[in-house]
Amino acid sequence: MAEPVPLSDLSALAVPRRRKRPRWLKLLLVDRRALIGLIVLVILVVGALLAPYVSPANPDSMMFDMLSAPSWHHPFGTDDLGRDLLSRVIYGARVSLFVGVVTVLSSMLLGVVMGVLAGYYGGWLDTVIMRYIDLQWAFPNFIIAVYLVAVFGAGLSNVIIAVALAFLDDFARLARSMVLTIRERDYVEAARALGASDLRLMLRHILPNSLAPLIVQATVSVSYAILAEAGLSFLGLGVKASTPTWGLILSDARSFISRAWWLGIFPGVAIMVTVLSINFFGDYLRDLFDVRETAVAEKS
Amino acid sequence: MTTYLLKRVVAAIVVMWAVATLVFFMLRAVPGDPLQAMLFDIGDPSAVAVLRHKYGLDRPVYVQYGLWMWNVAHGDFGASIYGSRVPVVVIIREALPRTMSLAMLAFVIAMAIAVPAGIISAVRKNSALDHGFTFAAFLGLSMPDFWLGIVLIIVFAVHLRWLPAIGYAPLSDGFWPWFKHLILPATAIGTAFSAILARMIRSSMLEVMNMDFITVARSKGLIENRVVMKHAFRNALIPVVTVTGIAFALLMAGAVVVENVFAIKGLGRVLIQGILNRDYPVVQGAILVVSAIFVATNLVVDVLYTFIDPRIRLR
Repeated sequence: MAEPVPLSDLSALAVPRRRKRPRWLKLLLVDRRALIGLIVLVILVVGALLAPYVSPANPDSMMFDMLSAPSWHHPFGTDDLGRDLLSRVIYGARVSLFVGVVTVLSSMLLGVVMGVLAGYYGGWLDTVIMRYIDLQWAFPNFIIAVYLVAVFGAGLSNVIIAVALAFLDDFARLARSMVLTIRERDYVEAARALGASDLRLMLRHILPNSLAPLIVQATVSVSYAILAEAGLSFLGLGVKASTPTWGLILSDARSFISRAWWLGIFPGVAIMVTVLSINFFGDYLRDLFDVRETAVAEKS
Repeated sequence: MTTYLLKRVVAAIVVMWAVATLVFFMLRAVPGDPLQAMLFDIGDPSAVAVLRHKYGLDRPVYVQYGLWMWNVAHGDFGASIYGSRVPVVVIIREALPRTMSLAMLAFVIAMAIAVPAGIISAVRKNSALDHGFTFAAFLGLSMPDFWLGIVLIIVFAVHLRWLPAIGYAPLSDGFWPWFKHLILPATAIGTAFSAILARMIRSSMLEVMNMDFITVARSKGLIENRVVMKHAFRNALIPVVTVTGIAFALLMAGAVVVENVFAIKGLGRVLIQGILNRDYPVVQGAILVVSAIFVATNLVVDVLYTFIDPRIRLR
């Protein structure tokens, strides 16, 4: 049996304070993939934001060297209208990243509200919301997005709405299951006993404690949303034909595939590098927050 | 078992009904009257009125819904509003074998990659080979399938000239022409799927390999190959079947896009062309059939469970 420590000596048991690297940084420095992913993502975001300054040419200005192969002057070559492909790919990052982030944020907001309401109140509200979510759950997100575009019609804003709604079920399910576990915890019970309102309980106690899995899910979803946007653009259901997006450039590339391989390669590499970086970083977040793999939906 | 099956089939029908109903009403709730769009190529207003009446489009929405449901239940999906008004059923009957061929071949290719990769990764955990497969899986999951299709066309059709870039040949033309047309699109679709599957098999195998009965099998003096294949792999298969169901759905989703890369007139291409042409009967029919495939897949996977693992008793 250990001897009881006098109260005055308790401070000796405390871990001595040292200037320690925070856990997130330590993990990041060890996880080489995550580090690379993060660096690439930062470059991509900065590149997209500063597109007018970093791209070598105006993405819409046509020159007379049509379909010219990659060269010093045009590192990615030019397209059928003599536009610089590298510039178009850089501008394409704007649409992809914007759509990826905006759709997932709206999807998360809406999904979490639905999931929290369903989980917190239960009863008929839960039944109605979850019946719909289960219906959507039976289909891959991309198919839901295609269905919704079929209903709304093509176009960038419709694609954003469609993708946001298509990813809703992942967040709603996750939020609901988090609420169901957290609702029963003692501190929520205590807050309730102190007279906290439902809204306060949901916003101050339940939501902050379910944030970690939601952030991991959101990261995974951004990569799937980027893939979904590229797919929809590729099918001609996305943005107007003049806007440079990765999916659309690939779609146009099909006509010149036998003469200009670069049109079919570089935009796809851009998509792959972006998605890969997000996936690497997402894996790191999963480790950081210690979120079990099964908690986060693995379907896309 | 029979009650369970019956329950599941009824549930599947309810899901199908819900999808059909949602799509029907959403198409009509969105601005841009679909009825007008259906008839926009017939200029004469009186002819429009006649046709509207003939197809029951001048009736209230709920009557139309009832009629449409009635027709669908009798296998009548209406007719395309383009060209010679081909019945949607005929279009789908032509498209379905193409999509199914594609999905099946993609499934076979994915299994052929994933099973060995997953088993080797698990048996030689943390070896260079395992790390290589892990990285390959990350790549496979990050590549858009339609882009992989384009890359395959550039390499195998344009440069090497080994395979046709586009098109489809039915199996009745012989195995080789069919295979030659489908191998590239099937690989494009199957790659992402094989990445998911390989990861799943790896983690499932690792879990099983630590169990007591594997130690028993080894101490009985069984050769390692037999332990791995007969004892471990069989048991590792159970969780894999669930993910197979999800992933088969992903394969179908992949087919929707990739068919458009390879100009294969399957369900996906029919659906997308229908959306682009605002050909509502075709869109509704295609959505219904695609949805039916998903629902049926989910059902089959759940039933397969009981065969693979007799411990699972279904109520």
